[in-house]
Formats: sequence, structure tokens, C-alpha cells
Amino acid sequence: MKLKQILALALFGGSVSLAPLTAQERPYFVTYSHEMEEPGNLDIEFFNADGKPPGANRFVGSNIEFEYGVKTWWTTEFYLDGQITQHDSTIFTGYRWENRFRPLMGEHWINPVIYVEFENVSGDKALREIVGHDGIPDFADPNAESRLDKEREIETKLILGSNVRGWNISENIIAAKNLANEPWEFGYAVAVSRPLGLKASAHNCTFCREKFQAGLELYGGLGDRYSFGTAFTSHYAGPTINWQSPSGVTFLFSPQFGLNDYSIPRLYRFGVQYEIDQFLSRFHRGEK
Amino acid sequence: MLAKMPMTLFGMVLLSTALSFGAAVGDGAWLTGVPTREHAKTNPFRDQPDSISAGRRVYVDHCSHCHGENAEGTKKRPALKSDRVQQQATEGDLHWLLVNGGMRKGMPTWSKLGDPQIWQVISYLKSLHE
Repeated sequence: MKLKQILALALFGGSVSLAPLTAQERPYFVTYSHEMEEPGNLDIEFFNADGKPPGANRFVGSNIEFEYGVKTWWTTEFYLDGQITQHDSTIFTGYRWENRFRPLMGEHWINPVIYVEFENVSGDKALREIVGHDGIPDFADPNAESRLDKEREIETKLILGSNVRGWNISENIIAAKNLANEPWEFGYAVAVSRPLGLKASAHNCTFCREKFQAGLELYGGLGDRYSFGTAFTSHYAGPTINWQSPSGVTFLFSPQFGLNDYSIPRLYRFGVQYEIDQFLSRFHRGEK
Repeated sequence: MLAKMPMTLFGMVLLSTALSFGAAVGDGAWLTGVPTREHAKTNPFRDQPDSISAGRRVYVDHCSHCHGENAEGTKKRPALKSDRVQQQATEGDLHWLLVNGGMRKGMPTWSKLGDPQIWQVISYLKSLHE
């Protein structure tokens, strides 16, 4: 728990010392929307997944993410991952580096985004995506063993997103390849969300409807190249909500439910986000 | 050769679409790319008394770090008190620009705000010349 407290303190310390910005992020934990980070902005996110697989110890898998808008059509993101397993240990599980590219300029009915990620992880329990035959058996090994299983993966996603009458609808198709000569694995994620209020208030407010976004998220595996399908893999669904505080920090929460015997019965996801506007220009004195 | 034609045609359509949406923002060339139907749209929030102050709040949160605290512009981004924004562009033109952005010139799309907040920002921007 100490690591989490330190990270949380660092985030809140940052939020006090920097000017806030309204982030208006979607309340998704797994699904990506087509919305890119604004150029020059740095979004810091701290996401957690808590679960108790049957026959294994309770865990909390965490990511801290640094998302930067390079261009309007290019967002890059660096993750550090870790996990805590009850009656076992706390370990650093690796890192990821992702890039998202938006090939079509402007807004369309459906907006595609190309996602490419390299990850180097071992013993990861953050469940940022489900691919292949991911499921309960992955949580059975103690950390001392699971951390020896290094996964160097290339992960690609086709992200499709639409904004319609205040609703955001997002679909992700995932293909991941372990570079250690393992077959391509597949997964999916879909989500829908909407702010509780579409109009902005004329006055500052803390708990007004526009500060909340709520939605639903559904995601799971699709097997691999040799056994494609929804069997022998896990699937989850659940409601999700976020709230943006007046300081600009956004809090997210989602209880999620396993949809078959291969899935952990319940997952509790929670997170904190904070966006720093024009991050690099803060280091150029006198330049706005 | 014939099999490649549809893909080539598809690529050209994509490219031309991308280029049309990516028309330069700062020099006002984007105004010529606004579809007639979008150009004629009117602001449903125009006569609502709170829309200017609400739009000001959205503007400060999302736009001021590029366009200045009071839309006066910055070194890299244009002022929004200009004649182009205040006189030449209709409310519909501005709505189209905010929804689609000018991504090649660094202007993001703001469709995530939703139509009501976009119209509120336009109410605020159009109030600046009065």
C-alpha cells in the first residue's frame, strides 16, 4: 500500500501546484475513445483494478500513465505497471509505450484511430485489456513465479469512435503478438457514455450534472489465431462513472462483473486523472 | 492493375477528405470549406441570458491556453476578436470549425464537448465585439 500512497500523494501534490484544466475525459478503464490528447497537454492517470479470483489471493493491479498530445492527430503514452497480491508481495511488473494516430482529419460519423503499443511486462494484473485466453488460471501462480514469465508484446488496436447527441460510442478491436513466437491473440472492448448534463453552468459548481459522466463498458478475449472465438477466455461488463472535482482532478469508479466461469466474478476499478495544459511551455520562461 | 484501382480511388477519396477538413485555420481558408447547410445554422442558445457566462467558463477551461485569457490570441495562435471571427464567420461556420477542428494546423476537434457547450462558447465569442 505504501507505493500507492506515495503515487497518490505525488498526484495530489501536482494538482495543488499547477493550474487546473477541465479534462472532460471519458469514464473508461479499458476502452479507448477516438478523442486524442490536446497538443502540448500532459494527462497523468493512476488506474487500479481490484479482484479476488476463486482459489487465488486478492490483488490490486495498478498503472500510472503519462499521456502527451504531440499533435492533434498523434498521442503518445508511457505506462509503469505494478501489482500487490495479498499474502504474497508487491512487484513492479513492467512498462508500456503506446502511440495513437488519427488518420482522418475532422469529425466523421465513425472516427478511426490506429493504436500501436510495445509492452514489456511480467506478472501483470492491471487487466488493461483481455486478449487470447486470458482468465482465472493466469492468477494462480505466486508472484515469484509469474514475474519470471516475461512478455514482450506488440499490441495493435483499431479504435472506432463516434460522438452523437452527447453520447460517446467507442469500439476497440485488439490484436496482440508475443514476440516470443506465440500466435496472434485477439480481444475486444466496447463502451458508451454520456455526461449527465450537456450544458455548462454559468457559475462555478462542484456537484452539478455536467461534472459527471456515466456509461457502460464491455470487454473480453477472442481467442487466438488457432482457436478464435469467445470460449475459454474471460469477459467483463459493468457500469462506470467519473466526477471532475473543481481542482481539475477527475475520479473514476467502475464495478465490473465476470460474464463466465473463466472470469473473475467481480472487479472493482478506480482511478484518478489530472491534466496539465501546455506542459512543455511551462519550462519556457515568458512564453505562453 | 485493375484490382489496384479501387484501393487507389479509395485512397484518393480519403486523402481529399482529409485535406478538405485540414484547410488552414489561421488564414481563414477554412471558411471556404464549410458546407452550406452548416454555414446557415443558427445558435439555439443565442437569446439565453446565461449562455455567454457559461460559454466563457468553457472557453477558459479549454480554449484560453491557446487563444488567450480574453481571446486576444497568443504568439502561436490567432485572436478570436478578429473581424474574421466576429464578422465574416457565421455562428454555423464557427460551430463547424469547433466540431471538425483544423487538425493540420494544431486546432483539435471539440466534438467531445457536445453541441450545447459548443454553442455556448460561440455565444461568448460573438459577444466579444459588442
